[in-house]
Amino acid sequence: MSEDLRQKNAKLVRKLALVAVAMFGFGYALVPLYDVLCDLTGLNGKVEGQAVQEAEYVVDKNREVTVEFLTSLNESTPMLFRSEVKSMKVHPGEYYTVNFYAKNNTDKPMIAQAIPSITPGLAAEFFKKTQCFCFTEQTFAANEEKTMPVRFVVEPTLPERYKTVTLAYTFFDNTNISKK
Amino acid sequence: MTAVVAEHDDHHDHHDHGPEKGVLRWIFTTNHKDIGTLYLVFGLIMFFVGGAMALVIRSELFEPGLQFVDPNFFNSMTTMHALVMVFGAVMPAFVGLANWMIPMMIGAPDMALPRMNNMSFWMLVAGVLLLASTLFMEGGAPSGGWTFYPPLVFQNGKSFPFAIFSVHLLGISSIMGAINVIATIFNMRAPGMTLMKMPLFVWTWLITAFLLIAIMPVFAGAVTMLLTDKFFDTSFFDAAGGGDPVLYQHIFWFFGHPEVYVMILPTFGVASTIIPVFARKPLFGYASMVYATGAIAFLSFIVWAHHMFTVGMPVAGELYFMYATMLIAIPTGVKVFNWTATMWKGSMTFETPMLFSIAFVVLFTMGGFTGLMMAVAPVDFQYHDTYFIVAHFHYTLVPASIFILMAAGYFWLPKWTGNMYNEKIGRLHFWLSAVSVNILFFPQHFLGLAGMPRRIPDYAIQFADWNMVSSIGAFIYGFSQLLFVYIVIDTIRGGTGEKVSDEVWEDASKHSLEWTLPSPVPYHTFTTPPERIPTEHF
Repeated sequence: MSEDLRQKNAKLVRKLALVAVAMFGFGYALVPLYDVLCDLTGLNGKVEGQAVQEAEYVVDKNREVTVEFLTSLNESTPMLFRSEVKSMKVHPGEYYTVNFYAKNNTDKPMIAQAIPSITPGLAAEFFKKTQCFCFTEQTFAANEEKTMPVRFVVEPTLPERYKTVTLAYTFFDNTNISKK
Repeated sequence: MTAVVAEHDDHHDHHDHGPEKGVLRWIFTTNHKDIGTLYLVFGLIMFFVGGAMALVIRSELFEPGLQFVDPNFFNSMTTMHALVMVFGAVMPAFVGLANWMIPMMIGAPDMALPRMNNMSFWMLVAGVLLLASTLFMEGGAPSGGWTFYPPLVFQNGKSFPFAIFSVHLLGISSIMGAINVIATIFNMRAPGMTLMKMPLFVWTWLITAFLLIAIMPVFAGAVTMLLTDKFFDTSFFDAAGGGDPVLYQHIFWFFGHPEVYVMILPTFGVASTIIPVFARKPLFGYASMVYATGAIAFLSFIVWAHHMFTVGMPVAGELYFMYATMLIAIPTGVKVFNWTATMWKGSMTFETPMLFSIAFVVLFTMGGFTGLMMAVAPVDFQYHDTYFIVAHFHYTLVPASIFILMAAGYFWLPKWTGNMYNEKIGRLHFWLSAVSVNILFFPQHFLGLAGMPRRIPDYAIQFADWNMVSSIGAFIYGFSQLLFVYIVIDTIRGGTGEKVSDEVWEDASKHSLEWTLPSPVPYHTFTTPPERIPTEHF
């Protein structure tokens, strides 16, 4: 192999290796890109993680939207978790409060975090909560049962095509992570 | 370094030596033909390992109920079957063909980076052994599917980090192999061998190599995120920490969709090499074949979410991915029509490689059509995660990639060994394979449409009949592949006893350079570049 060819090969290998390293970085860059894209488009039903100020809306008495509540536990989270009602009919613009119950089934203290999600995803921006147990981590004493109210409003600007909005909560046991 | 190399070159010039003697030849070899052989033999062994796993699956599914294995092991089998076949069998086999054929087809003395070539092979072996070792670990081998979706993948036992590291090794090996292919094709072509005179197999591998460099690092990144999520409390995919498990699916399929084309593009290349020889015509539409391959490779990067239509994407997303996916049918159609047009009015003969290639064109087209069906987002909700998808991708892999690898074996074995294979047993192997592969996979379409989910060890009794048919087909198909092993060994040992000519197949030397070399090919070839470049293929 001539010296010239050897150099040509080395140069090309360096370039291609650089592409490979860049693509490894691109894999990681997809993480913030994904978040930005979801924020911009509201595609994945992520909900604001903070309470909003209670604002006054004109209540639309002629319109009814069904709000469904789903409660689930992440794998092997030792809790009981349910909502007071499975679903309710609401008027856009009016504030409602619904109770959720959660119980620590272990005889040790537990720190748990509920993650909300709204379906259809594009309806999420019209669903506002002034109070929710999901804004912070919840600490449970051994075998403690808690009643946790959620106060929410469906904004009157919610497009007509949405007849049903589903609010789903999943409780994650964060005890081990949060202690660190 | 330079001194050592110079010394080697001197040595080389004085006596054109053959291979070293003994087993060390295979461990330290930097000869592209030796490494090609290593890859091919390794791929064939893994084909039988993965095949044995498939037969465990089909045995369990022969009847409803749990017969032979427990569900966790069953799930390990589906996961490992996929990983072994993709990363252990099909990809290495094509890298083996690339090693053997690319230097000979472009008139180069060897691959551009022979030492790295050796390293990428042994890293592949290390990766696959690491993966295989998980079978004996506490909690068994990975069982959450080859896609490693979180959070399910975290339920794997001790095997989880080993599977991840194995993926890293396999990825590095593939990337090194790909860099080598690109460097060889760009820098080592004989004078006069312009890009648009290269045989199509070289072209498809060039594009495949670029795909590999682009996607394997992304996959490595994704599994590294899984690793840190599990052991270092990051939350890339953990909703409790603000991550999103759906993100993993996006990253995975950004890798995964081009990855399936990594397995099919070289298949196209070999088919485009074999069909013209036995049709005794130049390949129809050479340039359009090149552009179609490029178009397919490009499209593969922008269609990934059609694997995840059911995750709850908005309608706009579903529509985009649906139409983008359907676009792939256009360049693929160009290829199928070109192969057909190549055969049109050709003086065809039907030796075993041609039989496998024709079966590939027909059966791959069927696999392509079911792919189009699933591209339609609204109906995909019915097909998703059923046996319909299993039938689809097996049609695009078994009677496509595997058939073409077999065809390549029959096509080039006489060139490699100088001996003719037994045509009668070859044809028997073909007919057994072609019939049984349809008995095996065609009923899975019916099962899927009827609603049988994939990756389950037990099923409702209404699925019993077709599962039994499918399992019978699986056993016929699996065991008839042993004929191929017999033929390979027999051919190496002398075959029919008939000495083959240099071009082996009538007028093959008009199509590609390797047929201008003596049979069997000497250990070193094209140490001086060829004088004439064949032009028949375009």
